[in-house]
Amino acid sequence: MFTEENLRKVEEIKNRYPKPMAALLPVLWLAQEQFGWISEEVMHYIAGLLNVSYNHVLGVVTFYTMYNRKPVGKYHIQFCANVSCMLRGADNLIEHLEHRLGVKVGETTSDKMFTLSEVECLGSCGTAPMMQVNNDYYEDLTKEKLDNLIEEFRKQAH
Amino acid sequence: MSEPTTKLYAQNGDPAFPKIVLPEIANLAQIEVYESHGGYGALKKALAMAPEAVTDEVKRSNLRGRGGAAFPTGLKWTFMPKGNEKPRYLAVNADESEPGSFKDRQILEFNPHQLVEGILIASYAMGIKTAYVYIRGEYYKWYKILEKAVADAYSRGYIGQNIGGSNYSVNLYVHRGAGAYICGEESGLMESIEGKRGYPRVKPPFPAQNGLWGNPTTINNVETLANVPAIIWNGAEWFSKIGAEKHPGTLLFGVSGHVNKPGVYELASGTLLTDIIFNYAGGVPGGKKIKMVIPGGSSMPPLRGEQLEGIRMDADSLRAVGSAIGTGGVIVMDEDTNLTRVLARIANFYWHESCGQCTPCREGTGWMRKVLNRMNDGAGKPEDLDLLLRVAGNIEGNTICALGDAAAWPVKFTIQRFRKELEEEILKREKSAA
Ligand SMILES: Cc1cc2nc3c(=O)[nH]c(=O)nc-3n(C[C@H](O)[C@H](O)[C@H](O)COP(=O)(O)O)c2cc1C
Ligand code: FES
Repeated sequence: MFTEENLRKVEEIKNRYPKPMAALLPVLWLAQEQFGWISEEVMHYIAGLLNVSYNHVLGVVTFYTMYNRKPVGKYHIQFCANVSCMLRGADNLIEHLEHRLGVKVGETTSDKMFTLSEVECLGSCGTAPMMQVNNDYYEDLTKEKLDNLIEEFRKQAH
Repeated sequence: MSEPTTKLYAQNGDPAFPKIVLPEIANLAQIEVYESHGGYGALKKALAMAPEAVTDEVKRSNLRGRGGAAFPTGLKWTFMPKGNEKPRYLAVNADESEPGSFKDRQILEFNPHQLVEGILIASYAMGIKTAYVYIRGEYYKWYKILEKAVADAYSRGYIGQNIGGSNYSVNLYVHRGAGAYICGEESGLMESIEGKRGYPRVKPPFPAQNGLWGNPTTINNVETLANVPAIIWNGAEWFSKIGAEKHPGTLLFGVSGHVNKPGVYELASGTLLTDIIFNYAGGVPGGKKIKMVIPGGSSMPPLRGEQLEGIRMDADSLRAVGSAIGTGGVIVMDEDTNLTRVLARIANFYWHESCGQCTPCREGTGWMRKVLNRMNDGAGKPEDLDLLLRVAGNIEGNTICALGDAAAWPVKFTIQRFRKELEEEILKREKSAA
């Protein structure tokens, strides 16, 4: 299932730790990069690769919030709703996004372009309000900035 | 390139405003630039010393941990058992997930090599051959920056076999988390490195005896370790004279919320809180009054706005006024802030992040969240405050790790210190609902 290159990376990662189980988090990251989300099939596959039980993999995947257990949109918007962002108007911006995208928090647009999630503090409180989209942070947000970003993502996708 | 205003390791820096971990030098994250300013010089100096002498230097500097508990760093290092029978590890805490904390990220972005150098010096001092940096999963950009810094340090021979021409060898790996605040707790962090759920362990045994894979392990915060090269370079006396006597050095204050210039400020410990808020962070927008300040990340006991005058920002001064330095994350809230809403938000966080192992924490955070959300929806009753105090009291001190206390404290202390305001908020909502 893994590409050749990822299989090579798995071996390299295993070498960093005295026990193969420790490679689980980094290998799940590789899987999420390659497949976009962590399916049951992927969990079975990784369990085999690292010689740990399927239940152990499932336990780990469900414990950490960043492993997607179902497919997400091309752009996964994760808006920080914690205190410092809230104090600077995050709630209004989240509502704005809900209207703009026509989905509620936790949902994906019907064209599979955007998933909107609310998340906890992202360690960016000094540039609040802010969000993470896929791997990148977008900080000091305003409605105008959000509108422009959404436009840009739509363009990029075509 | 413009002349830097401060120097690496704060050499000859203005002693009143030293920049120890965040010197103002452009492109310092590049290894060539770091080296050209004398970087990795402290590592070479340390490698020429006996390991015990390095630990002793750090001990005498009175450096205290920057991860929240302000535990003396040199002392922690001496807890590692003598002898060489078992492998031993350093775990570097870059999980930075306590709401209101965003300081370690600055080091990762602007001065990653000083962190790497600090890790190498610490490893040498404790005879450690393998170090892991545990970085929160969301910090992807900073993970990449750090991976690059580590790769460059390997290629220059600072990490790996016989580093710097010595007979000491060490490896350093970056381990990326995947979204779980509890993995910032040191034993949860180790479980996570081992590839498990981040369930905190019962202590004792402590990590120095029974850490990663049952072996001696030391856990230190990013900012803590980034201070180490400057201490080795300039000596313990130099460091111990900066800032507050019992908690010396600089601290990274991350100021957020209702201020004109939010951001991270590196200032001597013991700086006045009012200086931080009004001079550095530019005061409150619209010149409004301050209602509440949380001085060290969301779990630390809040201070009242009218009480801020004269409060110094170091571990002992804050303890004396019934709070704590925590991560130095200062959250400022103006007079119009609805405290019920703030508390409900904080309670939601700790409920979400409770790992669920201990009943008082799992159940108690759920209760507090429910009551506070009800209050926030306008259906609160004045008796709810006493109910919340009872629930918080049942959590505090009754859990394996300190997340329970972290959840209980904001609720308990906000109610104790802002009871009148919270009661008014409840009554106001009752009226407007009627
Ligand atoms: C729930 C919880 C979360 C924590 N999160 C962090 C964190 O994100 N970063 C950190 O450095 N320390 C965190 N700590 C503190 C660590 O357990 C540990 O004390 C610290 O990393 C030790 O480093 P120091 O001695 O250099 O401060 C947390 C503690 C608790 C109880
Ligand atoms: S509260 Fe939003 S990044 Fe910290």
